[in-house]
Amino acid sequence: MDQLAAIAGVFAYLSLLTIGGGMAAYPAMKTMVVDVHHWVTNDQLVHIYSVGQMSPGPNMMMVAGLGVMTAWLPGAAIAALAFFVPTGILTFVVGRIWNRLANWPWRDSIQRGLGPVAIGLAVAGLLTFGRSSIHGWVTLAVALIVFFVTVRTKVNPALLILGGAFVGVIALR
Amino acid sequence: MSDAAIPAPAPQAAAPERNRAGLLDVFLTFLQIGATSFGGGVVAYLRSALVGKKKWFDDVEFLELTSISNTLPGLNATNMSILAGDRLCGTAGSIAAMLGMCLPAFVFMTVAGILYGAQHGSSRHIVTAALAGVAAAAVGLIAATWYQIGKKSVKGFYDAFFILAAVLGINHFKFSVPEVLLAVGAVAIFAYRPRPPQKPPEEESEEQWISSLR
Repeated sequence: MDQLAAIAGVFAYLSLLTIGGGMAAYPAMKTMVVDVHHWVTNDQLVHIYSVGQMSPGPNMMMVAGLGVMTAWLPGAAIAALAFFVPTGILTFVVGRIWNRLANWPWRDSIQRGLGPVAIGLAVAGLLTFGRSSIHGWVTLAVALIVFFVTVRTKVNPALLILGGAFVGVIALR
Repeated sequence: MSDAAIPAPAPQAAAPERNRAGLLDVFLTFLQIGATSFGGGVVAYLRSALVGKKKWFDDVEFLELTSISNTLPGLNATNMSILAGDRLCGTAGSIAAMLGMCLPAFVFMTVAGILYGAQHGSSRHIVTAALAGVAAAAVGLIAATWYQIGKKSVKGFYDAFFILAAVLGINHFKFSVPEVLLAVGAVAIFAYRPRPPQKPPEEESEEQWISSLR
């Protein structure tokens, strides 16, 4: 019971940090689920986060994967609800009053100002994630190839992710 | 047009009028996107379904929804579902869209977590190796996504400064994400604070001042 409450608290807290996407919350997620609560190891977090990239829909549903590894099905349900419901309610309310905010001069300031902050947080999250997932030239080569193919072409990213899995099985065993 | 009992004479709906949505239709549409939007970029899938196929929104309104969604915490996929669902069918539509978007991923990740936690023996090495490859690919993919966003939206010294401040704050000075978000966020919002429109010369001189620092 205590553990479910802790899961709810941690994932509700993390959800508030996802400005511009899930990567912004990654450094805090690593601190909470690996260093503070020891629910999973750092490698397990990297793996589950990566599996999330293969999932359809919101890729941060990987929190359900962390939840199920920590406290079985109740853990998965609590993690998902805690992560998606509070920010969902906030979005719902702001969506309703958005038009009334149209004449509020700070609205544009918030939008304009949070843009670069969101990018910075995502880059910081990516550096934290990359430090745990890039070791050696094989992983570096995979990351670089996927980067350039994604920027240059319109290949479905899911195929590139599967390609990464294939290279892993061949070269990283 | 308003009489729903008469079936529309099929797909000559070239007119820009928007279709009306039923609750079940909303749920099933978002369920389908939630189950098929592999490889991220859910917003592109949403646009093709909601603006293209269903004609529930026009591009202007869709763009407005994405800009609300980007400003708030939460993921684009779920924020967009909530906002679009609310405009289509009110509170119930919002919940239906959110559930449809989330259910497939929830099943996918819960099953993945169970399988991942249950592996043992020799299969473990293969799964770990495959996931190491997936993690490396994910780094490239996420970097590419943010590179493309950055290329479009980063303009000038201020933006570069706030990005650098956030990155250094977390990775070098080891501040927590909320500390950086509050501190850099507040400064960034203040930097783009509303200005009285009748004083353009002052803004220009400020820009010159900034560029003189470079």
